[in-house]
Amino acid sequence: MEQRLVELQQEALEGIKKATDLKELNDIRVSYLGKKGPITEVLKGMGKLSAEERPKMGALANEVRDVIAQAIEEKQSILEEEAVAKKLASETIDVTLPGRQVKTGNHHPLTRIIEEIEDLFIGMGYTIAEGPEVESDYYNFEALNLPKGHPARDMQDSFYITEELLLRTHTSPMQARTMEKQNGKGPVKIICPGKVYRRDNDDATHSHQFMQIEGLVVDENIQMSDLKGTLDVFAKKMFGEDREIRLRPSFFPFTEPSVEMDISCKICSGKGCNVCKGTGWIEVLGAGMVHPNVLEMAGYDSKKYTGFAFGIGSERIAMLKYGIDDIRHYYTNDVRFLKQFSIHE
Amino acid sequence: MFVSYKWLQEYVDLSGVTATELADKITKSGIEVEGVEILNEGMKGLVVGHVLEREQHPNADKLNKCLVDVGEEEPVQIICGAPNVDKGQHVIVAKVGAVLPGNFKIKKAKLRGEESHGMICSLQELGVESKFVAKEFSEGIFVFPNEVTVGDDALELLNRDDQILELGLTPNRADCLSMLGVAYEVAAILGREVKLPKPEVTSTSEKASDYISVTVDAAEDNPLYVAKVIKNVKVGPSPLWMQTRLMAAGVRPHNNVVDITNYILMEYGQPLHAFDYDRFGSKEILVRRAHQGESMTTLDDTKRTLTTDHLVITNGKEPVALAGVMGGANSEVETGTTTVLLESAYFVGASIRKASKDHGLRSEASARYEKGVDPNRVRAAAERAAELLALYANGEVLEGSVEADTLKVEPAVISITLEKINGVLGTDISMDAVKDIFARLQFTTSVEGNEITVTVPTRRGDITIEEDLVEEVGRIYGYDNIPKTLPKGASTPGKLSDYQKKRRIVRRYLESAGLYQAVTYSLTNEAKATQFALDNREPVKLAMPMSEDRSVLRLSILPQLLEVVKYNSARQNDSIALYETGAVFLSTEQDKLPEEKEHLAAAITGLWHQQPWQGEKKVVDYYVLKGVLEGLLARLGLTGRVEFCQATVEGMHPGRTADLLLDNKKIGFVGQIHPNVQKELDLKETYVFELSLKALLEAEIAPLRYESIPRYPSITRDIALVVDKKVVAGKISDIITEAGGNLLKDVSVFDLYEGDRLEEGKKSIAFSLKYFDPEKTLTDEEVTKAHDKVLQAVKEEAGAVLRG
Ligand SMILES: [Zn+2]
Repeated sequence: MEQRLVELQQEALEGIKKATDLKELNDIRVSYLGKKGPITEVLKGMGKLSAEERPKMGALANEVRDVIAQAIEEKQSILEEEAVAKKLASETIDVTLPGRQVKTGNHHPLTRIIEEIEDLFIGMGYTIAEGPEVESDYYNFEALNLPKGHPARDMQDSFYITEELLLRTHTSPMQARTMEKQNGKGPVKIICPGKVYRRDNDDATHSHQFMQIEGLVVDENIQMSDLKGTLDVFAKKMFGEDREIRLRPSFFPFTEPSVEMDISCKICSGKGCNVCKGTGWIEVLGAGMVHPNVLEMAGYDSKKYTGFAFGIGSERIAMLKYGIDDIRHYYTNDVRFLKQFSIHE
Repeated sequence: MFVSYKWLQEYVDLSGVTATELADKITKSGIEVEGVEILNEGMKGLVVGHVLEREQHPNADKLNKCLVDVGEEEPVQIICGAPNVDKGQHVIVAKVGAVLPGNFKIKKAKLRGEESHGMICSLQELGVESKFVAKEFSEGIFVFPNEVTVGDDALELLNRDDQILELGLTPNRADCLSMLGVAYEVAAILGREVKLPKPEVTSTSEKASDYISVTVDAAEDNPLYVAKVIKNVKVGPSPLWMQTRLMAAGVRPHNNVVDITNYILMEYGQPLHAFDYDRFGSKEILVRRAHQGESMTTLDDTKRTLTTDHLVITNGKEPVALAGVMGGANSEVETGTTTVLLESAYFVGASIRKASKDHGLRSEASARYEKGVDPNRVRAAAERAAELLALYANGEVLEGSVEADTLKVEPAVISITLEKINGVLGTDISMDAVKDIFARLQFTTSVEGNEITVTVPTRRGDITIEEDLVEEVGRIYGYDNIPKTLPKGASTPGKLSDYQKKRRIVRRYLESAGLYQAVTYSLTNEAKATQFALDNREPVKLAMPMSEDRSVLRLSILPQLLEVVKYNSARQNDSIALYETGAVFLSTEQDKLPEEKEHLAAAITGLWHQQPWQGEKKVVDYYVLKGVLEGLLARLGLTGRVEFCQATVEGMHPGRTADLLLDNKKIGFVGQIHPNVQKELDLKETYVFELSLKALLEAEIAPLRYESIPRYPSITRDIALVVDKKVVAGKISDIITEAGGNLLKDVSVFDLYEGDRLEEGKKSIAFSLKYFDPEKTLTDEEVTKAHDKVLQAVKEEAGAVLRG
C-alpha cells in the first residue's frame, strides 16, 4: 500500500510537470485528489491494515495528498502567469505610431517680446500704462516739446485725422498723460506698450503700423547713469549676459541729453561683420533724460525732478533676437511663421 | 551731409587719424556716420592722356579712332565711342591692365578690325553718379579743364583718392551742414585747432553802393541782406579741385560762378545767390512779401503763383527770386554774364519752410535756412565768394557791400553748476575738465565758484538751456565713461492691472485651446471698416490716406482676420485657428478722441483635430467654437451670465449665428460666416466670433470662495423630452433649472434625436438631471418631489412630452 502511494505521488508529480495549461492541471487535480481518485481508493483499503499501521498509512496518504496539492498550486501559479504574459503579449502596440495631437496655438512674436519686456520691468517696480492709439496733437507732439511747426516733426510723418487728431506716432504721449495724473509728484515708473503709426510705405524694413514700448522713470535724483544701468539690464536680459551696450549721443525733442543705445554684435563679438555693417555694434533703441519742458508742461518742477525715457521698437527687438528678415511677416500672420514661436527657450 | 576726408584736412589737422577712425569717433560723440565711401575702391591704372589724333573709325560710324599720348614712349591707339572726344583734349585713360569699378579689367582689344590699347573714360565709369556729372560731360567722356600733365595719376587729380563720410544729421545739428561746422566738431573731438579760411579781397575803387541799393520791407523774415557786386566776370568752367569737391559733396558742377556759390554753401553753410546784374532790371533790390496772386518764373522754367506767405526778392517792380528757395529765370547767370550781383542773406526758417513746402521745392539752400544758418557767417561767406570770384572767374570786386541790417545777434549765455552737470549725468567730472570740454568746443566760459557761465557761439543755435550744456559735456566726456547704476529712491510695486492680468489669461486660454494669435492692421478700407461691426458708427477717416486700402480705422477685427485665413488657405493650410485682440475705433465728435474699445475676435476653419490612422477626425462646427467660448467664460467666472441667442448678423449664416448677451446686454456674436461671403473670400466653412473684450474683462464677478466638497451621494435622473423643433435646448434647460429648486445641481443635454421615428416637426432632447443635498443623503421621495415639478414645468412651459 505504501508502495502504491509513492507510485501515485510520482505519477501525479510527473503529470503536473507535463501539464501545459490550466485545464490539464485541473484534470490532474480531479483525477488524483477527487473523491473518486486513486488516493481515496487506496485509503479505502486501510481497513485491512493493523492498528499500528493505520495511522502511519493515513499520515502518509495525507502527506502524498499535500505534496500533490502543493505541486498543483505551484504549477497553477506558473501557468497563470504564463497565461497573463501571453495575453499581454498579444496586446502589444506599436509605440512609435504618432500620438493623438494636443493642438495648441501660441502668442504672436510681438506679444511674446512685449510680455517678456513687461515682466522684466514689472520685476523692477514698473507698472504698465496703456493709452489711446488716436491721439491729440497736444499729447503726441506739443506736450513732448514739439510745438506746431517744429522741424523735427518731419522726422515722423503722421497720419492726421483732423488738424488736432492723429494716429499716435509713438507711445510717448503716455509719458505726458501719466505724469499729468500725478499732480507733479513722483515717482513715476511705467512701461507703455502699444501700436503706433507712421506714413511709411510697407516694405521689408518699414511698416505703417508697428509696436513700441515706451519706458519712463521720473523721480528726484534720476541720473543718466540710471538710464545706462537700466538699459544694460534690459539688453542683457533680452540678448544675453555676454552683450555689452554703448550709448551714442542723438537727438529727440523730448529728451535732453538724447542717446541711442547699441548692443555689441553677437555674430562677430564686436569685431565687425555684415550684420553690424562692420561697426561691431547694432542699433537697438533711443532714449534720454526727460526734457525739462516736458516735465514742466506735465506739472513737474524740473529743478527738483529729473527722469529718463526710452522707446523700444518691438519689431526690431524680435528681428534681432530671432533673425527675422522682413517686418511684413509680423502682419501677414502666415501660420508657418506664427508656429515657430511656440518653442520657449 | 557728405564730408570729404581730404577737403576736411584744409580746416583740421587729421594726421594720425584715418577716415574710418574719424568716423568712429564722430559717431561716438554725437553724429552718426552712416558710412565711409572709398572713392577709388577697386580702381587702378588710370592716367591723364592727351588725344593727339582723332579720326572716324573706318568700319563704324559711331566709333572714333584716337591716338593718345599716355606718358609712355609711344602713343597708343584707342577706339572710343564717346561723341565728344576730340583732338587736343586731356582725358582719363584706363590703360591696358587698368581696373574699373565692378572689377572691370581693361585688356587689349580689337574693335571692328581696329586695335584698342585701353579706354577713354567718362566720370560715370569711375563710379560718379550721373546726376553729379556736369551736363557737358554727362553724355560722354570727361575732359580735364586746365593744364594737366600727361601720364599723371588721373584718380589723384580728380580727388578720387578720397574717402567720404556720410553724416546722418539729426535736426538739431544743422551746424554740421557745412564743412566748417564739421571742422569745429572734429576739432573738439580730437582736441585740435580749427583753421578758418581768411578771405583776401582786393577791391576796385568803384563802390558797390553806386551800382545797387537794398531795401527790406519784411525785416521779420529777412533781418540781414548783404549784396556785393563783381564786375568783368568771365563765365567758364571752375577749377578741377572745386568741381571734384562739389561732386564729392553731392553737387553737380555748372560754371565757375554757380560753382563758387555752391562751394560757399558747402563750406560755410550759407546759401548765396548770384544774379546777372545787367539782367536784374533795376539798380534796386527790394525784399518783400509777394502780393497775393503775383507770379514769377523760377530758373527751372516753372511759372509759380505766389501768396502773401512767400518772401520774394524784387527789382522794385517784379520778383526776381523766391527768397532762399530758388532764383528767377530772367536774372540767371549765363555764359555771357559779366557783372554779378551777389546775395548773402539771413532768411528766417519759417518763411522759407512755407514757400518750399507750397512749391514743392527743396534745395540745399532752403534746407539750410529751414534749420537755421549762422547769422555771423553771412558777411564772411559773401567776402569768401568775392575772393573766389576774383580768383577763378576773373572778377573785379567793387568796394564794400550794400546791406539792410536789422539783425540783433546775441549769443546765448547760459550758467550751470557743476552739481547740475554731474547730477544729471551721474558722473564726478571736475570743473577743470568741464572747462576743457567747452574750450575744445570753442565756447567761451567764465567760472565763479561752482558755477560756470558759457557763451555759446551763434553757429550752435541748438544750445539754449542748461540741459543742452549737460549734453555737450556728456558727449565730449564720453558716454562710455558714465557708470551704470539703477534708480534709487522709494521702491514702487511693479504689477499688471487686473484688466491686463485677465487679458493675458484670455490669451493663454485661447492659445492652449489651439488658437494662434494674429496681429493685423488697424487701418483698412471703408467697406471693411464697418463689416461685422458691433457698433453702428461712422468710421474714423484719415485726412490724407496713403491708399484707399488704408484710409479708415476699423470698427471690427474680423475682416482682417478673415484676410489672414484666406492668405493661409491659399498656401495649402486648410486647418486654421486664429484669434486677435485689439482696439476698434468708434467716432465721436469732430476733434474729439474716438472711443477705443478692445475687441476679441477668432476664426476657425478646416479640421479641429484629427488622428488619421485611428480614424478620428473632427471638422470645425458651431459647437467647437462655442465650446471654446464657454471655456473662456468659465475661466472668467462668467458661466451662466452669458446667453447665446439665435440672431441675424449681416455677413453671417442666418441659421447658425448667435448673439452673445452678457447680463442681457449684447457684447458680440458667434457663428458661421455666410456662405456667400465665404465664397467671395474663397473660404471653406469658417466659424468666427467677435466680442467686446472690454465688456468681458470689466464685468464684475464675485470674489472666489471655497465651496465644500460634497460628502453625500447625488442622485441622477434622465429624461427624454419630445418637443417642437423650434423649442431650443437652452430654453428647456432654463425651465428645468428654474423648476428644479435647490436640490437640482446640474442639468446637461446627453442626446438629441430628430429622426423619422418622431412625429413631423418634433425632436427629442434628453437631459440628465443631478440632484444633491450638501447636508444629507437625499431620499428617493425628496428627489421625486423635485423631479415631478420639473416634469410639470416642461410640460406646461415647453409643451414637452416625456418620451416613453
Ligand atoms: Zn558683427
